[in-house]
Amino acid sequence: MNQVIEENKTEIDRVVIRFAGDSGDGMQVTGSQFTTTSGIAGNSLATFPDYPAEIRAPQGTVAGVSGYQIQFGEIDVYTPGDEPDVLVAMNPAALKANFSAVKKGGTIIVNQDAFNEIGLNKAGYTSNPLTDDSLSSFRVMEVQVTKLTRLALEELDLDGRSKDRCKNFFCLGLMYWMYSRPLEATQKWIQEKFGKKLMVAEANLKALQAGYNYGITVDAAPSYIVKAAPIKPGLYRNVTGNEAASLGFIVASQKADRQLFLGSYPITPASDILHELSKYKQFGIITFQAEDEIAAACSSIGAAYGGCLAITSTSGPGLDLKAEAIGLAVKTELPLVVVDVQRAGPSTGMPTKTEQSDLFLAMFGRHGESPLCVLAPATPSDCCYMAYEAARIALEFMTPVILLTDAFLANGSEPWLIPDIEAWPKIKTKLANPANYQDKVYLPYERDSLGVRTWAIPGMAGLEHRLSGLEGQENTGNISSDPLNHEKMTEARNLKIKNIQTLIPPLEVLGPASGDLLVLGWGGTYGSVRAAVEEAQKEGKSVAQAHLKYLNPFPANIEQVLRSYKKVLIPEINNGQLSMLIRSEFLIDAQKLSKMQGQPFKVREIKEAIDHILQK
Amino acid sequence: MSQAILTKKDFVSNQEVRWCPGCGDYSILASIQTVMPEIGVPKEKIVFVSGIGCSSRFPHYMATYGFHTIHGRAPAFATGLKLANPELSVWVVTGDGDGLSIGANHLVQSIRRNIGLKILLFNNRIYGLTKGQYSPTSAIGTKAKSTPYGSLDRAFNAVSVALGTQATFVARTIDTDPKHMQETFKRAAAHEGTAFVEILQNCVIFNDKVHSSITAVENRDQNQLRLIHGQPLLFGKDKKQGVRLNPNTFSLEVVELGVNGITEKDILIHDEKVVNPSLHFLIGELAEPAALGVIRDVNDSAYEKDVHDQINSVQELKGKGDLQKLICSGETWTISG
Repeated sequence: MNQVIEENKTEIDRVVIRFAGDSGDGMQVTGSQFTTTSGIAGNSLATFPDYPAEIRAPQGTVAGVSGYQIQFGEIDVYTPGDEPDVLVAMNPAALKANFSAVKKGGTIIVNQDAFNEIGLNKAGYTSNPLTDDSLSSFRVMEVQVTKLTRLALEELDLDGRSKDRCKNFFCLGLMYWMYSRPLEATQKWIQEKFGKKLMVAEANLKALQAGYNYGITVDAAPSYIVKAAPIKPGLYRNVTGNEAASLGFIVASQKADRQLFLGSYPITPASDILHELSKYKQFGIITFQAEDEIAAACSSIGAAYGGCLAITSTSGPGLDLKAEAIGLAVKTELPLVVVDVQRAGPSTGMPTKTEQSDLFLAMFGRHGESPLCVLAPATPSDCCYMAYEAARIALEFMTPVILLTDAFLANGSEPWLIPDIEAWPKIKTKLANPANYQDKVYLPYERDSLGVRTWAIPGMAGLEHRLSGLEGQENTGNISSDPLNHEKMTEARNLKIKNIQTLIPPLEVLGPASGDLLVLGWGGTYGSVRAAVEEAQKEGKSVAQAHLKYLNPFPANIEQVLRSYKKVLIPEINNGQLSMLIRSEFLIDAQKLSKMQGQPFKVREIKEAIDHILQK
Repeated sequence: MSQAILTKKDFVSNQEVRWCPGCGDYSILASIQTVMPEIGVPKEKIVFVSGIGCSSRFPHYMATYGFHTIHGRAPAFATGLKLANPELSVWVVTGDGDGLSIGANHLVQSIRRNIGLKILLFNNRIYGLTKGQYSPTSAIGTKAKSTPYGSLDRAFNAVSVALGTQATFVARTIDTDPKHMQETFKRAAAHEGTAFVEILQNCVIFNDKVHSSITAVENRDQNQLRLIHGQPLLFGKDKKQGVRLNPNTFSLEVVELGVNGITEKDILIHDEKVVNPSLHFLIGELAEPAALGVIRDVNDSAYEKDVHDQINSVQELKGKGDLQKLICSGETWTISG
């Protein structure tokens, strides 16, 4: 049945598909299955799951529409794509919420059966978009998804509701045919996922095949081939940012030979880190679901005092609450990693939507002079290395480190060339050696040449000492309100963070080492910036990209890089936080490009800003 | 170091104690320092964790490990520490403001989990370090800096709060009786799971004599009910008064032996081991006389033990984690060159 008539297929170099339906329609599953299959097909790809905050928002309404966008290609793909070439809309609400994003001339596949009076009313349509001319600039494929799925499952002893829940696999099957993808990976997944519910597994398998066969049968369906991309050979898997960060912490815990402790409180979109690490007790990981965000941070700091590699994971509202505890970790100089999976704020904001608006909070969101290290991964898979890096810096510099990811990185996935973990360096902790203190008193705040203190943990005989949030005397840490001592200690804490600069890589530039424009990004904007800068470079423009993963301290060469270009553009999913830091630190006239829609940048938006700034 | 026989002075730090002269905290500190050599834990494995307030300066004066943290959160820090290393003897020092106001949630959650912390709550019914505001244990009508016309909030009974969250060990003691404190602390140290001890403590500056109806020499016989497991609840100079249960109102009432035919048989026997906490509530709520001693001491597994047992059982089932295998888990594919 899987035989395909190859001559009818058109070759294309990349495609953007968006699956959209009710939040209960299984769109995230459909999208992630398409992702895995495309990864196996050797495509370069990037994804963007976009779902509402409500678990089951009112059925059929625009507010309840869940989407999953993927771009895949035989050429390098850095982003989930600006405009879908294909939209799969499971109901009128999904069409209404998404059709305007589709590329003019693109394909819209709709479940025709859902476009009844009730469905149209719920979506707020006054006339049927399939019959009026509102979709005239698109190629619309009306498919009776509900009916065809039911027919395909007619002989199965399963209730109607369960059969209807297989609709998403029918659509997935159809898309597999359209883009010449093999079914095997999804078939295997269905068998594993529904292994014990044989009938459900059978139904989904049949629906998948029925959708695929429908594609073969119906002449009207276009069909394409997207060849494998020339990507680096090796073993690959898909990984989301939250999964990758969790793995990075386990790596760090082994490299540092310290038990991993995670104190966390459930919060969207960070909870998956708690879920992931809770699965891996065989690594000796202690996961503690605390009573609140504050206790999550405090228990982690307690565990750090006890000798663990301690992590606390959260999102913006939780970082607000943890501020006082993090200040204590700054003062007592204990190793701690705080993961902030940023989401749109202020306040509760848009919990499932992405934003980069906690940079100031991470930098300055504590009372007093309380410097700490701030890092940000660039892509979903980079979350693994940057989580390891955050842990390394925390342990080597005895400091809290805030790792700023965001909803886009955390939920988005990409194929990941599985790294050779063996090759990652060991982490040298600052554990005190009791043998060194047989004849002398242990001084908890005695510093090495980089200004870092040692880590004596309860249980080490002879090294008993007291830590406190109260200002302490140099070396001893004994309570002190001496004016000059406070200034000296404030400077010592500051200098220690500055010294991290000596052990982080320089800022790299993609493109010419000097020229007209540098586009400086940080965090999850990497892919969009990269794609836009490459486009501009192809047009012969003198543009380079630099991406900051170390935000405090900045890499040592940052000023020299910034001054090598006539202009600097800083795109951010916030109101210009990095650009304000750069301007105030270096007195450089960096231009900001802000977007605050809970959505990542489109490549076009950055490209237009590049063109605009170069015309000036 | 841990082999040597230690004495009280081994637990005295080199820091000058800076509580007000006459503060009840001095005798609590001395009692703790006296007891520490006797609890069977090497000094390096003892940690005092505190929050903010007068009582929370405590760790600075102990020559053990110590962590003076932030307001109200000591139980949360101590929880992480105890989970990190269950072998440690972790003591939380808190007060009525720190533990029952800003940190009440952490206090009750820790007790709920039955994590092996020894929680000492110094109750002077006032905020001392912020110079005299009423606290969650201040009697209604307390005139303090922030309540010149009298406080309107109803007060917590610290013992009832602990019992209400299923504490496995609850005791009450007083700062004027070092011997009683020491016995109580030793019992707390020996308990698995959370041990909660309320210490009625006098603030000489902002709430002097707040507990004197119980602690003063002239009142103590009449207003202290010393609890002994398995013994009748008798008090008074000649132990002629007792407490019996009125089954109709399910409350306790004070009776006198020999009056209206009351004999010792009518007097309630203290049972700290009974699992149902109802009786312990009734005893803890008594005001005059106030119950002193171990109110409740029941066995249940400690949270830190359960956490590590679970990790061990998963490791036995699945074997110790293999990192490269984990990273390569899920759907993988090979791109050949």
